[in-house]
Amino acid sequence: MAEPPLRSPHLRSPLGRAIGLGSAKEGVEHWWWQRVSSIALVPLSLWFVISVIGLAGADLDTVVTWLDNPVAAVLFVLLIAATFYHGALGLQVVIEDYVENEGTKLAALIVMKLAAFLLAALGIFAVLKLAFVP
Amino acid sequence: MISDPRPLSPHLQIYRWQLTSVLSILHRVSGVALTAGTILLVWWLIAAANGPDSFESIQWFLGSWLGLLLLFGWSVALFYHLCNGLRHLWWDTGSGLDLRSVYLSGWAVLVGTTILTIVAWIVGIAQWGP
Repeated sequence: MAEPPLRSPHLRSPLGRAIGLGSAKEGVEHWWWQRVSSIALVPLSLWFVISVIGLAGADLDTVVTWLDNPVAAVLFVLLIAATFYHGALGLQVVIEDYVENEGTKLAALIVMKLAAFLLAALGIFAVLKLAFVP
Repeated sequence: MISDPRPLSPHLQIYRWQLTSVLSILHRVSGVALTAGTILLVWWLIAAANGPDSFESIQWFLGSWLGLLLLFGWSVALFYHLCNGLRHLWWDTGSGLDLRSVYLSGWAVLVGTTILTIVAWIVGIAQWGP
């Protein structure tokens, strides 16, 4: 119980470590970045839907021509990054809410985050490959 | 820890459905559905990057009734999550949290989702048949 009064294993004071963290012990980072990514996704997803509608039934040449435009390619890469970031933050809360067993919860969180990275990397690479078709 | 298996709040079996709670759980459901739908998006991109043959087969699949059903569900989930997400961002400013505004914005989200979905599919189908 009795902690040595003037010694701490941390360089920062206990008060310094606690400030801004609140009862969730991890502060508002998660909440904040969920909002920031959602704001980015409003224009990005509208742009994406409009683009996809324009590509309905298109052949590969049309898609390549579309991604030849650097603005389209960059927006698509940003859309993929923001989507998987926002999606991973959201799924994290769902897993934390519904998976009761701590071990299963940890495993599910790790698998979900790694899958998000994998899918994002596949998607971004595919966009870049299409964008750089000679 | 849990010794007494008493029912958990909010007693879902006897709880009356309300617009507010239904829209709230739909936000989560549509979010999970959208992350599942990203697999379709990545599959489409990989097929396109793989060459004309694989791209043709995924375009064929997306044009089949199962593909169109998935795309339709995906579009509804996206428009709903987008509209209700804007509602959440508005709430985050501290506005619109009284009962009347919450119900009004809730109905607005449903109307907005319906209109956006219908417009997107009308334009999409018109574009599809050149």
